[in-house]
Amino acid sequence: MNSAVLEEVRSPMNKAIHMPLSDENTPTNPATDIVSVRGITKYYGEDVHALENVNLDFPTGQMTTLLGPSGCGKTTLLKIIAGLLETTSGEVLVKGKAVTSPGPERAFVFQDFALLPWATVTRNVAFGLELTGVPLKQREETAKSYIDKVGLSGFEDKYPHELSGGMRQRVGLARALAVDADVLLMDEPFSAVDEQNRRKFQEDLLRLLSVEKKTVIFVTHSIEEAVYVSDQIVLLSPRPGRIHSIIRPELDRSSSPDDIRRDKVYLDTVEEIWGNIREYLD
Amino acid sequence: MTVTASPDTTAAASSASSTGLKFSGLQLRLMSIVGFFLAWEIAGHVPISPAFPTFSATIMALLEMVFDGSIFLAYFETLKPLALGVGISAFFGVAIGVSMGLNKKSRWLWEPIFVVLQASPVAALIPLITYAYGIGITAKTVAVIILASPIIVLNTYKAVGNASPVLVQMSRAFQGTRMQEIWKVIIPNAAPVIFAGLRLGVAAGFIGVILAELLITPTGIGDIISYNRSIAKYPHMYAAVLSIIVFSAVMVGLLEKAEVRYFRPEKKRGH
Repeated sequence: MNSAVLEEVRSPMNKAIHMPLSDENTPTNPATDIVSVRGITKYYGEDVHALENVNLDFPTGQMTTLLGPSGCGKTTLLKIIAGLLETTSGEVLVKGKAVTSPGPERAFVFQDFALLPWATVTRNVAFGLELTGVPLKQREETAKSYIDKVGLSGFEDKYPHELSGGMRQRVGLARALAVDADVLLMDEPFSAVDEQNRRKFQEDLLRLLSVEKKTVIFVTHSIEEAVYVSDQIVLLSPRPGRIHSIIRPELDRSSSPDDIRRDKVYLDTVEEIWGNIREYLD
Repeated sequence: MTVTASPDTTAAASSASSTGLKFSGLQLRLMSIVGFFLAWEIAGHVPISPAFPTFSATIMALLEMVFDGSIFLAYFETLKPLALGVGISAFFGVAIGVSMGLNKKSRWLWEPIFVVLQASPVAALIPLITYAYGIGITAKTVAVIILASPIIVLNTYKAVGNASPVLVQMSRAFQGTRMQEIWKVIIPNAAPVIFAGLRLGVAAGFIGVILAELLITPTGIGDIISYNRSIAKYPHMYAAVLSIIVFSAVMVGLLEKAEVRYFRPEKKRGH
């Protein structure tokens, strides 16, 4: 976290820390912030104003969630960071360098999985490596190890239509991990997964990320999910998307998942964010 | 059934009753074919028309032509323009269709030609083809191409044009080049519809070649059909018609097998 330049304000209501919004002149610090966005504005055509002057820093090795009501531009922002969409103005810095297209330091996990239906789990997981020209044997070995890590051993030769939604998204996650990017961009990865699998998947993801040491930028519309998984939550306002506030839930990550979900800080943070979002819905 | 049935027969009886009137896919398919031939046989005996032979007479005529080799010679003649025409249509049709799906200018250039071709009554164009290309194999090949290519081109174009945007985006997110995007994502994604177009195109090619053999000069299978009609050997005429239908169906089936084998391995395990 770029704490040197940010003043921390402790909310009296709960232990979540609120930070003032970084302003455009804030210098980025590539040592602590692997991704920064500066003055991002996005119009679709002439009428749809999706994002307005978004400035954000994503601290290295942390999980940042983009949260907000539907239509607030959170997926747009994520795809701009991925280099899949062009900005109308502003820039994306990855490790201090401006980027406009996808690169090896970023990997994407898609909302609707985006698996090749004609390819086996192994080939799907290895597809990122296939595109960058890694030899077959090597990429299949890498794929195998990530298939094991996401808990899909024994399904290597299955096709996507033979897997459940939760298993398909594990394939999508393994594919993103296999290219060994520093930054994982996840676009509502669990929205097409049923509730039970979703919780299990969230827990597995946190466990996996604690080993893999990735920076994660995570889009969700679920407040509970955001508070449960995030180090930093960026709450966006409805269209045009602006940063409403940045919240850092201070949860004791060492306790069990069930305890975290019963923790007072967890519950208070969820309530507070809900209070903020409710303003927009009225 | 007796009261003192052995356990074996009761088991067989109960399993038969539990399956009731359920038939496997293969049984139903066989029943459909056998039923059709039976109806044909009965219709031949009624008779519908003196020019309509029974199924058994048709099969006898077919066997006669198989044993004297005449049908093989006829197929050899018919296959030349057919294979040439279908080959050209498939190769250039898929290439043109893919380019139309990927490129707006190619779409503007080709779409009007193939839409008009598809909508036009080709039998009426055949005299025109004869004026231009004479009565040889060229004219017959052109007839096959005119029938087969619009279906292949337009199906390929639709399939490529509707490639899954999510998969294309995925390929780009993992740094795929435009060429990789086309070869590894767009074309495999479009393969089922491209192959559906190829199957329809091959079937249309058969129509084209028979039309050409009936309307331009009688050769091959078209010759067997028109010659036997003129001398009222109707079983032989129908045998030729039956053989071309079976041949066409087998070719289309083989194409489907090739598609699943090379492009859609996930379908092997069925849905």
